[in-house]
Order: sequence, then C-alpha cells, then structure tokens
Amino acid sequence: MSERDDTMKEKRVVFVTVGTTCFDALVRAVDTPEVKNELLKKGYTDILIQMGRGSYIPTRLTAENGSPALDYFTFSSSIADYLKSASLVISHAGSGSIFETLRLGKPLIVVVNEDLMDNHQSELAEELADRKHLYCARPQTLYNTISDMNPGSLVPYQPGDAKPVAKLINRYLGFPED
Amino acid sequence: MEKGLFCITTMASLHIAVLLTIGVITILVVRIIYVLFRSSKPLHSKSPRSLSTLIVLGSGGHTAEMLNLLYVLQTERFKPRYYIAAATDNMSLQKAHVFEDSLLRKEAFEEVEGAEFLQIYRSREVGQSYITSVGTTLIAIAHALWLMIKIRPQVILCNGPGTCIPLCIIAFLFKILGIRWSSIFYVESIARVRKLSLSGLLLYKLHMADQLFVQWPQLKEKYPRAHYVGRLM
Repeated sequence: MSERDDTMKEKRVVFVTVGTTCFDALVRAVDTPEVKNELLKKGYTDILIQMGRGSYIPTRLTAENGSPALDYFTFSSSIADYLKSASLVISHAGSGSIFETLRLGKPLIVVVNEDLMDNHQSELAEELADRKHLYCARPQTLYNTISDMNPGSLVPYQPGDAKPVAKLINRYLGFPED
Repeated sequence: MEKGLFCITTMASLHIAVLLTIGVITILVVRIIYVLFRSSKPLHSKSPRSLSTLIVLGSGGHTAEMLNLLYVLQTERFKPRYYIAAATDNMSLQKAHVFEDSLLRKEAFEEVEGAEFLQIYRSREVGQSYITSVGTTLIAIAHALWLMIKIRPQVILCNGPGTCIPLCIIAFLFKILGIRWSSIFYVESIARVRKLSLSGLLLYKLHMADQLFVQWPQLKEKYPRAHYVGRLM
C-alpha cells in the first residue's frame, strides 16, 4: 500500500462496544498488535473502543504507518452516532447492541464473553451467525474471524414485526379485529 | 365424668377442624383447576372497552422488545397503563416516559389517560449475599403485593427477567381468591433461542401465563403450548 493511497483514503472506523458490562478480554484482544494490523490490512483506519466498566486500559495511538489510530471512552448516553459512523462494529453479545447494529446494516462481529456465569448470550449470536447476519467470535478467535471475514457476504437482517403478537393478544382478550 | 365430656368436645372440635381443612383444600383445588382451565381459553367477554394494563419493564434489551410491542398495541384499548421497573433500573422508565409522551403528541386533541410509572424492589441484587437476600426477598414480596393490591390490573404484559415473577405469582393468587382476574402475557426474550429463561420456564410449567410467546421456531417445537408468530426485534 503506497503512502499516496493512505492519504487519499477516507476514515474507516471500527467501533468496539461492550455496553454496560465489563469485558476486558475483548478490549485486550482488540489491543493486540495482530488484531490491529489485521484491521489495518482490511482497510480500517481508526479503532474506537467503548470499554464500559472494564479495568484494562488500551494504549491510545495516533494514525501512523503500521497501525490504525486507537481511542477509547467508558460510557456514552447514546452509542447510536458511533454506530452510524462506523464501517465495522465489534460488539459484546447483548441483544440491544446486536439489533441496533443490524438495523443500521453495519457489518458486525459479536464477541461472546465466556466469563459470564449464565452464558445464554451465545445462543442469539450463534443463531444469527448461522443465518449469516453477523460473525460470531470469542476473544481468542477474534483475529481469525477478522482475517477470514468478507463483510460483503453478510445477509441483511429483516427487522421483526410485533403486529402478529399484538393481534393474538387482542383476539385473546376479545377485542374486535381491525 | 367431666374429663370424658372434655374428651368428647375436643374430639368433636378436632373433627370439625379436620373437616373444615379438607373442605377448604377441596374448594382451593377445584378453584385452581378452574383457573388453570379458564386461563388457557380466550376470554369471551363482549369486546371490552378498555383494560387496565400493567407493563413490567425488564431493563436493557427486554425493555426495547417490550416497547416494540407497545408501539403496535392499540393504546386506547390498554389503559390506564402502569409501568413497573426495578428500582435499580433508571433507563427503562425513562424510555416508557418517552413512549407515553409520543402518544400525547399524537393524540393531542383526544382524551389521554395518564400513565403511572412505578419502581419495585428486587429480591436480590447481583453479588448480594444469600443471608441478607432472605430479608430483601421478604421486603420485595411485600412491596410487590402492595403494588398489586393498588393496581389490580386486568392485563399483565411482561417479558422477563425475574422482576415480573413475584407480580405474576401474586396475580395468579388473586385469580384463585377471586380478587381480580388478570390475563398474563409473557414474551420470551429474543436472546433465548434454544432454552426458555428461568422466568419463562416457571410461567410455562406452572401454567401461569395465559399466553406465552417465543421468538424462535426451535423453542415452539420444544414447548408446544407456546406461541410463535415471529420476532419483535
């Protein structure tokens, strides 16, 4: 990749979010040289990490040869703007972040936190990965997932519809159909 | 002589007590069977005008799913509305406020009944010790009972997690005791793909939910009494 290409390139941001949880293993995985290099190789120029209640502090970096820029913050009242401006989202497995990202049509890698006691969260991520809506990874497989991924092959998620549920509730209670 | 008479009276009162107990238990069992039977059938009331509705907000993803359902329910049928969230959950009631405000704007010229927003104590916080949680559980139950006596909803909408369980159990007891008939609707979280959550499983196994919705076909296969009509998200 020549220097001229670098300056021509627009910003392509990877947004990493852990929600309100503490997920040091994910932040640590993103902060490794292998993952950062792989992201740069894939054409991403910036990494922004929302690290929640985690205690592992990644190293801030400015964009320079061989590494994407890296910045982090703990919380934000609304992550919607960050999701919108991202080119790739790496998220914890909470259903809120997953569906918010899918609705925006952003390529998504969900990283399952294996330290959680009741680990039902992987169910949703794995099901949606089987349906090709996103990639599902663990902190230790994040590097492989990034190097193998092809965001263009992901299938857009069709948002659900609550109307059939509402209809059944109405019918059950004896309200007329409309 | 006196001793014999005493013996006879105690025997008699013992008999009466036993008979009474058997009677009460029989009535309760018959009533529970009736409630369970009745709960699985649609209500045949002639199109009610509106029903007081309790909406239990679960937090995070649960609240988002519930709001998606509320947006498509005819709000003039489900009123007045009472929102309950855990006392430690600040976001959910805020989101319910936003939803209610959007209704106010939409129906600016129509009569809109005010919604009520309530908080409930949780029986156990994450990380709390089991010894102190006995006390907090008792307080939580008493608080739930107080709220349910005040609200006596005709419809309960909930979708987990555990916050809704004490409220559903109290509603079920109200049904048995004839205090209030409420229809309980439970929507299992979209995050549950292969197994019901503990709350969902409890309501399913104990036949406490009038209708229990799941959001994945795999779950419908596993729990045939559940309804699957697509996803909320």
